[in-house]
Amino acid sequence: MESATKKQLKIKACKVRMGIVEGVFNAKSGHPGGSLSVADIMTYLYFNEMRIDPKNPADENRDRFVLSKGHTAPALYACLAHRGFFPVEELKTLRKTGSMLQGHPSMKKTPGVDMSTGSLGQGISTAAGMALGAKISGKDFRVYTVLGDGEIQEGQVWEAAMYASAKGLDNLVAVIDNNNLQIDGTVAQVNSPYPIPEKFKAFGWNVIEICAHSFDEIEAAFAAAKEFKGKPTAIIAKSVKGKGVSFMEDQCSWHGKAPGAEEYEQAMKELNAELLELEA
Amino acid sequence: MADVIKKATREAYGASLAELGAVNEKVIVLDADLAEATKTGMFKKAFPERFFDTGIAESNMMGIAGGLATTGYTVFASSFAMFAAGRAFEQVRNTIGYPGLNVKIGATHAGISVGEDGASHQCCEDIALMRTIPGMTIVNPADDVEARAAVFAAAEKNGPFYLRFGRLATPRIYDENYKFELGKGVQLKEGTDVTIIATGLMVNEALIAAENLEKEGISAAVVNIHTIKPIDRDIIVKAAEKTGCIVTSEEHSVIGGLGSAVSEVVTETVPVPVVKHGVYDEFGQSGPAVELLKVYGLDAENIAKKAKEAIALKK
Repeated sequence: MESATKKQLKIKACKVRMGIVEGVFNAKSGHPGGSLSVADIMTYLYFNEMRIDPKNPADENRDRFVLSKGHTAPALYACLAHRGFFPVEELKTLRKTGSMLQGHPSMKKTPGVDMSTGSLGQGISTAAGMALGAKISGKDFRVYTVLGDGEIQEGQVWEAAMYASAKGLDNLVAVIDNNNLQIDGTVAQVNSPYPIPEKFKAFGWNVIEICAHSFDEIEAAFAAAKEFKGKPTAIIAKSVKGKGVSFMEDQCSWHGKAPGAEEYEQAMKELNAELLELEA
Repeated sequence: MADVIKKATREAYGASLAELGAVNEKVIVLDADLAEATKTGMFKKAFPERFFDTGIAESNMMGIAGGLATTGYTVFASSFAMFAAGRAFEQVRNTIGYPGLNVKIGATHAGISVGEDGASHQCCEDIALMRTIPGMTIVNPADDVEARAAVFAAAEKNGPFYLRFGRLATPRIYDENYKFELGKGVQLKEGTDVTIIATGLMVNEALIAAENLEKEGISAAVVNIHTIKPIDRDIIVKAAEKTGCIVTSEEHSVIGGLGSAVSEVVTETVPVPVVKHGVYDEFGQSGPAVELLKVYGLDAENIAKKAKEAIALKK
């Protein structure tokens, strides 16, 4: 990846992380950990990968995105806001009564949200349905979905995985955000989904393993997915939960709680410092 | 007397889908390995490129249906009522109902009349489950003519739709001139002492019950409620006002189905006795469908008994 592009993506990702912290702090609830872990991948998707137009969010030829791990909506909203689907100011209304930004994504309320999600395991099925729709209609749009590593404990994920490969949905990419943590502990302790790549391979998927925080690896993975024909692609992305905010990193406790005022200040200070350094 | 035509509503479902597919190229049909039984196989034969079998995975099928609907298709997703409304309830609620997607759930093998497969497959809870989902339209046709009309009405209306069909061949009630109106009950017979409000295969039994009651000097009106949600409040209110008591009859639990829906309207408008006839909070069992309907009292004889109970409750 060109260094200028990489720098721009890093700046965007930093702003997305600030949007996540801002949203969750103002809402006094939400899921910062998994939003931060997936921020780089979602930034890449929204700023460098997907064929989308904020002025025409319902364009039938657009690429689709389904946030199967719907609780990390703050990351999706921050991406959509910074991409121009709605004002960045709106992020402060997250989870508030009457807001377009629901606790979990709602396609009826938020411009740019392609599917309502939140109940784990269901998003990947809808993404497969969209990919099937593209195949039937002969359209060339692609469908991207992001799942949590805990989420793949849901049986429906594997129903969808079996179906997508059986039908050769090579226009579908599923990213597994492998931050290793879920509410009750590490995913290995709770109900181990490991080894994840082997499972997707066994279900007939093209599997790529990357570091979720390397734009070079992210770019290469999505490019390889586009080239691969006949099977859907699973990108197993090793990530750090809470990435970018020192005290949230790799901490299970930051799965589903909002920072207090001091923690908010600290988080924003760190992210601001990073932004200044990037923009220098 | 001319021979009565008997046909299962699931047969009409499959045939109408194939008919609909010819005039509406946006129709896609999904099934979960039951195409022979649900009769979606008829559509598959006519339009193989628009038929998709998700295999034995109803939850995924509902998700596929939702995703497909967002790409501009009118999707019919079929399975037995037990699995469509029961197993996949939460998928239907969150992935079809909440986003209001254009998915038609074609649920066959509803009720006790599944027969020999027994209680695990005899869904008497589906109307109750589907009724609680905001924006869900529910139609339970009384015969094959109405079933065909319901399929076309479902395709016309944008949004989530639950169609309930039976396995058993039942008598045809309507002729080809029947005009189906979504959301409107049908007054099949006038009467003054009691109104029998029935749905699905109980409509025919209600007509027989009313005829038998006449012989005993009791004047019973009969209303067919095919659209359980949104329910025709006007026809229910009029029935309550005119006959002063109501019997509801359905091949479904008396908890949460037509009986509950009618009671909800009556208690809020013209409070008169409503006696519910249906499956009384119990599981079914194996046996020939016709025998089971007798065993569970889902017949004209028991509707007539309930009608007398309702009349006795009138002040």
